[in-house]
This record gives sequence, structure tokens and C-alpha cells, in this order.
Amino acid sequence: MNLSVNFAGIDIKNPVTTASGTFGSGAEYKDFVDLNKLGAVTTKGVASVPWEGNQTPRICETYSGMLNAIGLQNPGIDLFIKRDIPFLKQYDTKIIVNVCGKTLDEYIEVVKRLAEEDIDLLEINISCPNVKAGGIAFGQDPELARQVTDKVKQYAKQPVIMKLSPNVTDITEMARAVEAGGADAVSLINTLTGMKIDINKRTFALANKTGGLSGPAIKPVAVRMVYQVANAVKIPVLGMGGIQNAEDALEFIMAGATMVAVGTANFNNPSVTEDIINGLETFMDKNGVKDINELIGCVK
Amino acid sequence: MADRKKCKAQVTSQIKLTEDIYSMWIKFPKNTDISVAVPGQFISMYCHDGSRMLPRPISICQINTNDNMLRVVYRTVGKGTKEFSMLGAGSTIDIIAPLGNGFIIDTDIFKNALLIGGGIGIPPMLELAKKLRENGSESVKVVLGYRDGTLFLKDEFEPYADVYVSTEDGSSGIKGNTIDVINEYGIEADIIYACGPLPMLRGIKVLAKERGIKAQLSLEERMACGIGACLGCVCNSKEKDEHSNVKNKRICKDGPVFDSEEIIF
Repeated sequence: MNLSVNFAGIDIKNPVTTASGTFGSGAEYKDFVDLNKLGAVTTKGVASVPWEGNQTPRICETYSGMLNAIGLQNPGIDLFIKRDIPFLKQYDTKIIVNVCGKTLDEYIEVVKRLAEEDIDLLEINISCPNVKAGGIAFGQDPELARQVTDKVKQYAKQPVIMKLSPNVTDITEMARAVEAGGADAVSLINTLTGMKIDINKRTFALANKTGGLSGPAIKPVAVRMVYQVANAVKIPVLGMGGIQNAEDALEFIMAGATMVAVGTANFNNPSVTEDIINGLETFMDKNGVKDINELIGCVK
Repeated sequence: MADRKKCKAQVTSQIKLTEDIYSMWIKFPKNTDISVAVPGQFISMYCHDGSRMLPRPISICQINTNDNMLRVVYRTVGKGTKEFSMLGAGSTIDIIAPLGNGFIIDTDIFKNALLIGGGIGIPPMLELAKKLRENGSESVKVVLGYRDGTLFLKDEFEPYADVYVSTEDGSSGIKGNTIDVINEYGIEADIIYACGPLPMLRGIKVLAKERGIKAQLSLEERMACGIGACLGCVCNSKEKDEHSNVKNKRICKDGPVFDSEEIIF
């Protein structure tokens, strides 16, 4: 049975990774998951300098999901390179580094710093809904998205995944734009912008007022968008949005995703990624599927 | 080694202490070792209802290492905790335990302890009071702050500590808050341990500083992962934190108990 996939030129032993921001750099999960089992670990967004993030409350639960407005708190690229990459290099898993920035120059600075590092892929976050500057601004304008991609590609030494926002009218337009800019892959969906009101306190549940909605509540939207994008571009798709189990992962794969990422479900069960990989094997075994690549985009 | 898992624990008993406070004893399977638990730590309790994905962090009220059991006393504040309150003896519940860093006990240096619990911050003080006694504290004084006269757990503190009470409505003890009690009785100590609402902790931080004594405060915040990854439950810290590389700390992983001088409210 073959679970390995080729994603943007990189051979990955199985199609399962973690969604950026839900898994730190893996260290907090090492007691709960055998990181060697994961196809890849996608790390929390890292910027050129440390970011403090937003005020609390940063999270709240919603029906079958949650809102978060962490605000991309991160330790900055220096500490990330010194501590987090060496940690992950101890394991037999690919490393996808999520990059965030407030300006184009900040993205470039991080990409340059990572050029000589032994990591496998870059994921450029142009879709965080929780920081005012940068991020989402690049992710909602096709021309800006193309420009960021083009610029990043000039400096990147690893394949570049552009992470797309669902908070747009037509996500295929964004996907085509980053493909035109030279992106090696796209990942989607980031969170949907949402809001919750605390009726007892008569205020917003989150200090940031709005947050990103994730979890199974958004899965049908995510599957639809993955299907649309997979049929609109030639570059591979990393699909995510509410994946909780192998069945969910298979929906994304059949809709056209070459890889899948597990996010919010890690909060419900820190060992879930391993369960999902095992579940994929079980499904393939039961259904006589010899190669997972047969399933990618099989639903037309 | 990935040797920790969310485990299936069993509720051995549950009783209602007040209108919205419940007490539950939970027995853990062998793969979850309760003997490592200390007062001030918490457990992540998961709902059966799949539409509620996030664990509820609940403080440990009592530890029974012989039987690998923990007791939690919690308030039903939302649908998740309401679900827990319906569980009877024999029910199973998914839990990760124990989590976080608890209170640090050093009875050689700090002989006279003052424990302050406000509202649902009262339960973790029970195991702490017991442990302080076992470790030879010269005196253990406990100030419990309640909303009204339903003084849950108060009697259970009596064997371990001198108990003082405040109530918001004045129906029992001193009318007011825990700090009013401390001032009223002129309670003195070498160390303060506290858990409760933020305004109370703010007041205690000031009081400890004025008197020049150490205070360990247990903080609360909405959590998602409960294991230090998501950065949902941070608090501001005085110094740059080694892990975050900015001036904040993770309540679930670096806390929930902090030295009062470490953090900024």
C-alpha cells in the first residue's frame, strides 16, 4: 500500500500534516504523537521579529468549531532557527515553515533567512484575518497576491505554498493569481472571519472583536473551495478546514487535495493526526486501494 | 516518546454541592499516572457532544494516589460543564491529566501559609491545605470568598486549616471580599497562595507587595489546546519569556500558577 505523495516536487511519506498555528513547532505534541509518523509538520507562522499577538480573550468555542484571534504571536525567526528547526530535525518528518509578515519586506526577510536552512517547504500566510497590517490585505487582492508570490519566489530556496483565505468572493481567482506569480502549491482554507457576542457581559467574546472560525463547522465550505481550486489550477493543493478523522481527510483528497492538514481537531485530541493516518490505511485496505494517489481528485 | 494520550476515565461519584457547583470523583486508567499530580494543576475534560470540541480546564481539588483518582469541584457555567454535571457513577469521560504547573510548597522557608480562594478558585486550595499540613507547615490559614451563604467545601478545610469566610451578601462571615477578611482579622503569613477572580488576584498582588511576602497566584483564561501550543491563554509577564520570546507566558503550560511578581495584570 502506498501512502506517499509528491507535493510540489517533495516526496512525502503520507499526505497528512498539521495546520499552522495549531501545533506550535511540534514540541508540545511530542508526548502525544509520534512525530515520525506525520508526513510533515507545518509550524506556527514566524515573522522577522517576535510578535506579541493580541490581547486576551483570544479564543472562544462555537458550535462545532472555535474562533481564534491569537494575532500571530511568534518568537521571531532568530529563535525559530536556533530552537525549532533543530527540534524538528530530530524526527523523520518533513518541515513546512509558515511565514508571516506585515509588509512585503518582512516576508522577504524571513524567506531569505530560511534559504540556507534544512527545511522542506515554505507556506506563505497571506490570509490571517487577525492582524491589521499585512496578511489578509495580500490575500484578498489578486494582483497583490501575485506580486507577493513573485517576490517571494525570487528569494525562496524551497518550494513555495501560498496559503489562501476563504474570505474572498472567488477563491479560484486568488489561486490563479498566485499560480501566475510562480507559486509551487496552494493551501486552503485559512479561517473564516467570524464574531461572537457574550450576551451576559454585553461585549465581544474576543478582545479582537472578530476572529477566525475553524473546526468541523467550516468543513463543507473548505471541501467546496478545495474542489474549485483543484480544478482551476495545475499546482497541487494542500487542503484543510475542519478535518477531524480519516473520512474527512478523504473528502478533501477526493475533492482534489494532494495533502491535507489537521488543525482544530488537535485541540480535541492531541493524538488525532496519528489516528487519521491509521484511518487512511484502514480505508485503503478495506476498499482495495493500493495507492493513495488514485484517490486524489477522483471525484469530478 | 509519545506515551501520553487523552484517556478514558471513569466517574466514580458525583454530587451537587450548591445550585451550580458539583463535586466529581474520577478514576483514571493505568496509562494516566495520578501520583505525579500536585495541587494547583488542572485537567482537561472533554465533552461527549462532538459539537463542543475544546477541553474544559478544571482545577484539581483532591488527589487520591492510592486509587489513581482525582476529585474536581466545578461550576456549571455553560453547556460543557452542564454536560459533565449529568454524568453519574460509572460514566466515562475523556480527560488529559494532570496538566500545567501547580503550587510550589516549601515549608522549610515558608512556615506560615495563607491560602485564599475566591468562588470557583476555592477547590484547588483544599488539596494544597492538606499537602501543606503533611509537609509540616506551622500554620495554615484559609480565607474563602463566597457569593452567598452556600459555603461549599468550607467544612472540608476545617481539619487542615483555620478557616475565615467572606460573602458578598454578608450572609456569613465578613461582608465583602477575601482581602477585607485579611485586613479585618490582621492575618499574617510568610507566603500567600491564591486562586480566584482577576480583581481578587490583583488585590492580592498589591497586598503581597506591600507586605513584602511571596504570593503564588493561579490564573484562569479560555484555553484551546491546554498543552502550550496554541497560545490562546497567555498572560502578560514582567520579563521576556524564554519560550515566547516576548513578554507573555502561557497559562496552561507555564502556569496556571505564577509568582505574583512574574506577571502583570
